[in-house]
Amino acid sequence: MARHSTAPLHIAAESHREALLPNGVLGMLIFILTEIMLFAGLISAFVIWKAGAPTWPPAGQPRLPFEETAVNTLALLASGVLLHVAYRTYRTDRARAERPLVLAVLLGAAFVLFQGMEWVALIREGLTLTSSTLGSFFYLIIGIHALHAVVALGFLVQAWIRLRGGWLAQSQLAAFCVLWYFVVGVWPILYGVVYL
Amino acid sequence: MAESAEVSHAPGHDDHHHEESFWSKYVFSTDHKMIAMQYMFTGMAMALIGGFFAYAFRMQLAFPGMDVPFFGTVSPADYNSLVTNHGTIMIFWVAMPVLIAAFGNYLIPLMIGCDDMVFPRINRLSYQIFLLSAIVLIASFFVPGGGFGGAWTSYPPLSAKPEYNLTPLGATLWLVAVALEFVAFLLGGINFITTAMNARAKGMKLYDIPMVIWMIVVASILFMASVGPLIAGAVMLFMDQNVGTAFFDPDKGGDPVLWQHLFWFFGHPEVYVVLLPALGIVAEIITTFSRKKLFAYRTVLYTVFGTGILSFTVWAHHQFIAGVDPRMAHVFTVTTLLISVPIAEMCFVYIATLYGGSITLNTPMLWALAFIGEFLIGGVTGIFLGASGADIYLHDTYFVLAHFHYTFYPIAIIGTYAGFTYWFPKMFGKMMDDRLGRIHFWLTIIPFNLIFIPLFFLGAAGQHRRIYNYEHFPDLQGPLMLGFTYQDFREIATYSLLVMLGAQVIFFYNVIKSWISGEAAGNNPWKANSLEWVATSPPPHGNFSEELEVFRGPYEYSHPDRDEDYWPQNEPA
Repeated sequence: MARHSTAPLHIAAESHREALLPNGVLGMLIFILTEIMLFAGLISAFVIWKAGAPTWPPAGQPRLPFEETAVNTLALLASGVLLHVAYRTYRTDRARAERPLVLAVLLGAAFVLFQGMEWVALIREGLTLTSSTLGSFFYLIIGIHALHAVVALGFLVQAWIRLRGGWLAQSQLAAFCVLWYFVVGVWPILYGVVYL
Repeated sequence: MAESAEVSHAPGHDDHHHEESFWSKYVFSTDHKMIAMQYMFTGMAMALIGGFFAYAFRMQLAFPGMDVPFFGTVSPADYNSLVTNHGTIMIFWVAMPVLIAAFGNYLIPLMIGCDDMVFPRINRLSYQIFLLSAIVLIASFFVPGGGFGGAWTSYPPLSAKPEYNLTPLGATLWLVAVALEFVAFLLGGINFITTAMNARAKGMKLYDIPMVIWMIVVASILFMASVGPLIAGAVMLFMDQNVGTAFFDPDKGGDPVLWQHLFWFFGHPEVYVVLLPALGIVAEIITTFSRKKLFAYRTVLYTVFGTGILSFTVWAHHQFIAGVDPRMAHVFTVTTLLISVPIAEMCFVYIATLYGGSITLNTPMLWALAFIGEFLIGGVTGIFLGASGADIYLHDTYFVLAHFHYTFYPIAIIGTYAGFTYWFPKMFGKMMDDRLGRIHFWLTIIPFNLIFIPLFFLGAAGQHRRIYNYEHFPDLQGPLMLGFTYQDFREIATYSLLVMLGAQVIFFYNVIKSWISGEAAGNNPWKANSLEWVATSPPPHGNFSEELEVFRGPYEYSHPDRDEDYWPQNEPA
């Protein structure tokens, strides 16, 4: 995605080459393919294990807080919608794209923060990484998702800085958006499989 | 055309790629050709390490307890570590970097008429992470307890519990190295697919892309789609080893077979990830040296897509005796036998391409033909292993071992030699010594067969794998066949290995000699059609001095309306 600064690579950037999608977006989509398979692997491992578990949740383990997380899920979905609004606004009026972008980042950050607080509460209740296989899977799957959310938020903050500086390329924003849509889109599935 | 292209590629014409310092040219290069060479030579260096490991444990098997020259006595722990890391190195640090990363990096921009990868700095990062992974793996041999010895498939609980594998640090470093290596190839794969889809020369339609590029692209897609579950599994195994979780520990409610599913869901497509580039290299060579069009280009292309999809449905044939449901085993038997159909079709396509051609039997062509023949043996023996009934007997015997060496050796070694000797004139601007090349070919291919054919018989007679010293097994001593004993067969394999390893000196001598004093190659020594032969040999930074336009597919050899028997893709009608 870093095509703007090095001069030697101008040939590929010329317009007559028929690009399927902008390079950054296509590259990100291919990366998302791997990510989808990563989460598919985690989810299928969890589902198979859950199907074989004798009791649910395992004895002595707390119930996962699915009501609070449902609210948090809505916050994340709203963040995804706001980012889409920001992207659409950006294409017509760059200056006005800043507000929805910042709101999307803030909502995403609130989601991650809330998840962290939830983890602290769960650890106090006795659900840890090694207390049971449920705990192992919970922290692994949700943790990997949180890691993705943090990295994607970093990209969005970078997009915001570039937007303020006036050198944010549309394809760049599109690539970051694709990553955030993935983080947002995979969450309801994780919520349904892990929490419910 | 070749002459006029030469003129237009005179040095100095290349005005948009400036000269660079030593460091930015050779070490921190973003040039796809330099990164390809880095991958190629790192892969070859790792192949020497892997070959040395094979030498050490084959000596132990043929002459148990002997003081192996250059190694010393092989202890049981050494033996486990040697076989594990031989497999790991040959698949992850030789086949992958050379076939996908080196040839992919070298060929994709050149063959689609582009100046570099679309993400050159991600490409550089990919090699740097790969190099780091190789260093971590090599470091793991020297930590207390020694290198990991739980087989390259790393099945838990052996791999997860230090009290079983006795190499806690080696096992963790092994896992870290493999994980880093996957990151490197993820970055590479993103580049390969995006470049081939987005940066093709003007006029190059999807059906004008050379087959080797298609196959590398499909292989990259397979890799990207299959590696996710294994990354998940690797994280889980890492946590089992170091954090105290119990994903794969049955004592605490985990499931060891889960690892096998996650591993082989990647592991089987992985076979096609390395097979497809090798098949593509062979396609380029046999069309050039039989001066014929590739038989049924579109059918081959659709077959490659079909093989890719089917390769995701066969993984459990590695687990027939792991306690999977027999009804499920039947399903996987059927899919496994099905996938032999497209691969057999590919072999027939290549034979049909050769049929009636005017064939030049030089070194690259010999390697390409050997690939077809030897891979066929690997494929045919695989049918027995794919059938769940036969596999219950043959599982974990030397029959399996010989089978997958008959698939991986043609891919990783024969395919590499084929591609390397074919593109050597382009890479270094010099012709390779063909006579030395043919001597090296025969001294590699004959011992290769003499190593692994005896192992088929040993395996069919019931010789189990992963045994350090067969002297303790009276059933595996005594006469086997034709007046030879079991031990004679083991010694034949080891002696053949020694000959084969020794013969590689000829190859390295030939490379160095030809590089220094070989005959100048010119742009297009093989009179081939694809775009890389338009560039100068070796191509400068930036590859082409002018925009190329493509008018036809890459296999227009012996066209009836033309005097020349080839028709470069960029030559106007």
